Amino acid sequence: MNPISAHTTPAAARVLRCTNLHRYLGQGEGRVHVLKGVSFEAQRGHVYAIVGPSGCGKSTLLYLLGLLDQPDDGQIEINGRVMSNSDDFARTAARGEHIGFVFQFHFLMLEFSALENVMMPMRKLGRLTPDAMQARAHSLLESVGLGNKTHRLGTQLSGGEQQRVAIARALANQPAILLADEPTGNLDVKNSGLVFDLLTRLAKEQGQAVILVTHNPEIAQRCDHTRPMRDGLFV
Amino acid sequence: MSPNLRIAFRFLTAKKRAMFMSLSCTILGVGLFIVTQATTSGFEQFFTKTILGINGAIRIEDKRQETMRSMAAAGGGDSYFARRDGVKYIEGIEEPQQLMDAVREFPNVRGVSAVVRGNVQVTSAFKTEDAQIFGIKLEDYVRVSDLAEQITNGQLDDFRNSPKGALVGRVLADRLQLAVGDSFAISTRGSSRRVHVAAIFETGYREVDKSNIYVHQAEARSLLKRPTGATFLQISLEDPSRAPFDAARMEQVLDHGVKPWQEREKTWLAVFRALRISTMITVSVFTLIASLAMFNTLAMIVLEKTKDIAILRSMGYERRDITQIFLWQAGIVLAIGAVVGAAFGAGVTWLVGQVPLPINGIFKTDHFIVTWEPSHYVGAILTAVVMVMVASLFPARRAARLEPGDIVRGTAQ
Repeated sequence: MNPISAHTTPAAARVLRCTNLHRYLGQGEGRVHVLKGVSFEAQRGHVYAIVGPSGCGKSTLLYLLGLLDQPDDGQIEINGRVMSNSDDFARTAARGEHIGFVFQFHFLMLEFSALENVMMPMRKLGRLTPDAMQARAHSLLESVGLGNKTHRLGTQLSGGEQQRVAIARALANQPAILLADEPTGNLDVKNSGLVFDLLTRLAKEQGQAVILVTHNPEIAQRCDHTRPMRDGLFV
Repeated sequence: MSPNLRIAFRFLTAKKRAMFMSLSCTILGVGLFIVTQATTSGFEQFFTKTILGINGAIRIEDKRQETMRSMAAAGGGDSYFARRDGVKYIEGIEEPQQLMDAVREFPNVRGVSAVVRGNVQVTSAFKTEDAQIFGIKLEDYVRVSDLAEQITNGQLDDFRNSPKGALVGRVLADRLQLAVGDSFAISTRGSSRRVHVAAIFETGYREVDKSNIYVHQAEARSLLKRPTGATFLQISLEDPSRAPFDAARMEQVLDHGVKPWQEREKTWLAVFRALRISTMITVSVFTLIASLAMFNTLAMIVLEKTKDIAILRSMGYERRDITQIFLWQAGIVLAIGAVVGAAFGAGVTWLVGQVPLPINGIFKTDHFIVTWEPSHYVGAILTAVVMVMVASLFPARRAARLEPGDIVRGTAQ
């Protein structure tokens, strides 16, 4: 476990950088200053854990880094391109091309089979032929140990299996960055270990930067870098 | 299949009950639109056909009066004058042949016939009735009416070959207890003629069937003591819907009073128009229900699929993809609803057409009258498309506006 500085990453390996991010949530008297000037960098092949108590701003930071949300102030760069001020179209395109998400509650599309769920981001990006998409989806599901359940609907899979499908889906377009919000938070100990190992192994193999938010200290300890947060700031 | 269509199809089929409701409403909306249009316009078209078959598309009656100065110069003065819309008319047609030749020059004219009309009393062995005789030249008259098809007893050829023959309306014949071959007397202005029934006709328009008698024009002229001129010219058109336009031009060129059938029958046409508007209102309610059902289904799917929308947005699906996914759902329901609804409408229209419904008054029928117009189907489908797509836009746009960050944080509204 190595705490890293925001200024030590070589530019060539850096896939993500944010500086002085501020984010307010709520309105009127309920308005809260959630992120108070956060800076962070990530490079390919490294796994980062963001830890901290509930409400400290971990998930909010993750959604900002994943371009699902917009900061009130500060800057986000993805692969050297400033995205924090870009329009919805550019941010959506960047999400599809450079970012994969794994959420805590699996978030599979339950009317679709495991194979279709994995193919969905590929279909949108449209880089591969339908046959190539199918082959890649099969291969990803094989690598997460679900090669024999490719045609099962989301509802016919266990929680651990759904999360493995979600990992395969996040990797479908070979993103540079994999963001995971408590990916093991809803799983038992055995499945937590399995999912974490899978996530980190595949990311390392494919040279992706993995940034995960977790409450699990064991998981955090196994990451390359840990960044504790408190009250909207890294400590 | 495009990714958006594939997703739309799955979203929709996952909500079978809601989809079935929207689909049923769309089918009902399209089907009932077709049925109401088919039945309403069925009666109107049948009435129009009956009227055109009796009175033609245009009638020219009465000459426009020249200026008082020109009248005085010509030494005229004892004609009958009528004043309509500020214009004075002299009753009847003075030079029918000349006018007929001029009328034939108009491009839309199919036929023109001069008619001499007069009020008479008709006496059979049984009783006497008031009637109107129409002196016609048969070959001209069958070109401006459906008289040939209206014969129910006897032969038109018997009338053609018999100078003393008459065609008598069905109701009048029944009242006088006349059959084909029977003779009867026609009298007016102190003169009387004896003729025989060559054939009996029935138009379905009761007023006509109880008063009209057709005789040869020479016989009518002799009886009515009218050796020249005509009461009116009856004109048939290739396209009767253009009658007001043609009538206006004829009035301008020929200097006679000219009435199109739409003006002559404006009372009945207004009744049919009111009926059509009332059915349109009913149909609009059905279509509105269909669109509300679609709105409801889509709004429900948007609420239930917010997480799926967040997933799609996180995977790179744009706002317009989300809009498309929801509009595709409406499109799928519309496509199925339009095809099944049109088939349903056609089936019900056919069934309604079999319903026995004896009507005799302004036309005669023994069953419900329907029309088969492609425009009804196009109109029904277009109405459904507009209503359903407008109703779908709001939930589709709402879905597209959802911020993925808000959804995963659980603060989406």
